[in-house]
Order: sequence, then structure tokens, then C-alpha cells
Amino acid sequence: MTDLRKTAAIVGVDESDEIGKVPDKSNLQHHAEAAHNALADAGLSLKDVDGLFTAGTSTLQLGEYLGVKPSFVDTTAVGGSSFIIHIAHAIAAIDAGYCDVALVTHGEAGRSMRSRPGGNASDPDPQYQTPYGFIGQPVAYSMAARRYMHMYGEDKTRQGMAEIAVATRKWALKHPKSYMKDEMSFDDYHNSRWISWPFHLLDCCLVTDAGGAFVITSAERAKDTAKKPGYILGAAEGQTHGMISQMPDLTRTNAVNSGPKAMEMAGITHSDIDLAMIYDSFTYTVMATLESLGFCGPGEAADFVANQRTAPGGDFAMNTNGGGLSHTHSGMYGMFLILEAVRQLRGECGDRQIKDHNIALVNGTGGSLSSTGTTVLAVD
Amino acid sequence: MAYNKPIPVPQGESDVYWQNAKKGELWLRYCNSCKEAYFFPTDICRAIPCANPRDTKWIQASGKATLYTFAIVGYETGKAPHPGFEAPYVTAIVELEEGPTMPTNIVMDDPTPEKLQIGMPLEVVFEDITDEIALPKFKPV
Repeated sequence: MTDLRKTAAIVGVDESDEIGKVPDKSNLQHHAEAAHNALADAGLSLKDVDGLFTAGTSTLQLGEYLGVKPSFVDTTAVGGSSFIIHIAHAIAAIDAGYCDVALVTHGEAGRSMRSRPGGNASDPDPQYQTPYGFIGQPVAYSMAARRYMHMYGEDKTRQGMAEIAVATRKWALKHPKSYMKDEMSFDDYHNSRWISWPFHLLDCCLVTDAGGAFVITSAERAKDTAKKPGYILGAAEGQTHGMISQMPDLTRTNAVNSGPKAMEMAGITHSDIDLAMIYDSFTYTVMATLESLGFCGPGEAADFVANQRTAPGGDFAMNTNGGGLSHTHSGMYGMFLILEAVRQLRGECGDRQIKDHNIALVNGTGGSLSSTGTTVLAVD
Repeated sequence: MAYNKPIPVPQGESDVYWQNAKKGELWLRYCNSCKEAYFFPTDICRAIPCANPRDTKWIQASGKATLYTFAIVGYETGKAPHPGFEAPYVTAIVELEEGPTMPTNIVMDDPTPEKLQIGMPLEVVFEDITDEIALPKFKPV
């Protein structure tokens, strides 16, 4: 293990403005006040912060509330010891160059929190979005897609969404464990019922039961394992907002940051990539992500995927397991992107095996187009 | 029938927002350093950088807005994702005259994609849902 002794230090500490019995402040207010105060103690401010650590609440909500867009986040929550554990994570992250200034915050109005039984209705989402029926990701993502349509054309966008749905189904039919077993035509896509206009049913991922896991070890030790190692060449992450209504640009995800970073770390360019595993929570997610990753320019995704280019036999291999759209989607589907990428790199995919399989790019999207993680995997 | 959709729980820093909404007024938090209004209301300005994030105040919004984007939940099927909501209904993000965007509903009978044009002018209306809470919504002008 790298010797991290004296590689980092705690440089600012403080509480929220008042502690004890504070009747009119929410959890998040305590987080924010303490954050500003501790940073001031260090002679720093939020503009310096690129690592965000907390427990018991999402960094999506917390980062949005603070106005910070961190490139490294950690919500490891294991009880009262969490913030001590964050120190170790932060030191490692800083040593690795993932962040320079790690902010660790806590806030809990344990005595005075106003909320209804059964849920923390005091947070921003239940206060400002849920009452309007912003419930479930199809609602959030379909509003983003409608904005994209406004900018780049409704018919063209629809065509791109349909191409992705149909191409992804073709891949799913080649995976024995896929949930969807039937062919999908373009008519099937266009005739499927509306979920949240502009989304058809077939724009939306499945809801399945599934589990997955992967194991990471050192490159040294990996040489002695049973299968061909999928080396991690690059990895980057980040988040931009929590609620869809706070998203800075509904057509661009944080992949604009995590993608180039991961690729630069890996020392590759787009043309080196043999396989793209792109989280397809919705057809639109893929369009926004391809553009954000720089595979094509803004508004060009429909042209990029035209003529079933991403289907089996096409020249851009993408979501070869059949995706969240047609293979499986249990909730946090990102796991399955990794499984397929490694299997393709190893050459284990049988009927759906792609010809060149040296380098794969994986991009996960979380929340309401809120966070991204990009990684580049390769085999020798 | 009793109102059975989710109901906001005001916080100390949003009491003014919800109290004024009950009076039929839309109020925003405003940063004196940034010289910008923002949504949602927080005591501390969320813009980065900001010279003095704690130098903020309340301002009353005009209630005028334009449609930024929308979705029609349960369009043609009438299926809502949560009990209490009657589909179809329109979720929207609107751009307020003062600059910020906010989540809301567009109030409209029988919504269709054709009736909803991005950029269309809107004005705020308030729906009383409890003795304490009125939800700001928007309708076409």
C-alpha cells in the first residue's frame, strides 16, 4: 500500500452557527453553515472544494444545496464512525489526485427537525418537486428530453430514441439472461403507450430483480487470477445537481467532465474504444451521454446512431448485453455495465461477442441525470 | 375528497416562501452580492463564487414566467405514478421573469403536446391544498 503518512492534514474545523436546540433549522442548514464556517477557519471557500463527503444523506442533495459540483464524492454511511472513516478515504483520494480539498460535513436536527412521520419531507425534493408529481425518473428524464427536442428538433430526436430502443433489443436477444425475449420493430416502439410524454413505454428501462458483483485487486496480484484481467486504465466521476429542476443544462450530463478525465488518464481517444457501455435508463440518457462524452457534438446523437449503427453488425458496439432497456434493470443498473464490459474484453460473449475487444468505456449515470462515473477498461 | 398528494413541510428558511404563497404571492431569495434571485430559497446563496453568500434577502416575484420544458405524465393512458394524482397532468420547469427556474405544474384542461409550447408565457396561480399550504402553479396567459 502507498505510504500515505503526512500526505494530508485537517486544516479547518467548526460547528454550524448554533447548536443545541435550534428550532427553525433543517439538517441541510446545519451542513451548510458548518461547511462555510470550517472552510473559513481554513482560509478557504466552497470554490476550493472538489471532494464532498457525508453520511446519511446523498451528496446529490447536499452538493446541490451547497452549490458545489465536486469531482469526488463519498457517502459511506456506517453509523457514528462514518466521518472518521471518511478521513482515510479522503487521504487516499487526495493522494491519487481525485480531489485537492475534501469537505466532510454533518448536520442533523435530531431534536427539532420538522417532518411528517414516515419520511423526511423537509428536504428540498419533497418540499419543491414531489408535491407537483415529480415522482419517478420517467418524469424527470422526459422533461430533459423535451428540452432537447426543443433545441434539436422533435422528429429527429424521436428518431434517435427509436434507433436506440430497437438496436438495444437486438443485442438483448443474443444474451441468454435477458428479460426481454421478443423482437422489437420500429412500429412497436412508436405504438407503445405513453408513460410520461415524450416518453413511450419503450423509451424506459425495465424494472427487474437482479444482482451483480465484481472483484478488484492489484495489477500485480491480478496476474495470478483465473481469467484475463480487465485493467482499469482510467476512472473519473462527479455530480452537478440533485433535482432535475436544478440541472444546469438538461441536454448535457457530467460526462462532459468525467469522460475526458477518464480518457485522459487512460491515455486513449474515442477512436481507441471498441465498446461503449452507456447507462440506458432511458433512450434519451444514451443520446445525452454520447454527446456529453464527445462521441459526437451537441444535437448530433440521432445522426450518430442512425441506421442501426449500434445494433449487432453495426460499426459502433454499444450496450451489447441489451442494456437496461431490454436486458435487465434492477434499480442501480451500473453494475451490469461493468459485467458486460469485462466479459466482452475477455472474449466470453459467444453469439454477441464483438470482433475487436481491447478497450471498453463504461459510463454510469445516477439520480436525475445528476451524477456520472466514467471508467476505461482494457485487456493486454 | 381529502387532499392525498404529498404536502410540503416548510422549514425555517422557507417559511416566508410558503406563508406568502398562502397569501397568493411568489417570493424568491435574492443575493445582494450576486445581484440575482435564486430558487429554491436558502438563507445562504448557492452561487459559486459569491463574495458574501450570507448577504441575502427576500424579494417578491412578478409571477410571470415562460415554459422551459415539460412532460405530460400519463398522457393518453390516464395512469399516474403515485396515488392522489390524476393523470394526465403536466410537470414543468418554468423560467421566472427574475431569472431562476422552478419546478411546477401547468394548469390546463386536457393537456396535449400541441397545447404546450416551450417559451410560451405563463402566470402564477395558487392552489390551496391545506389550511397552511398553497402550491404555486402556472397557467398560460
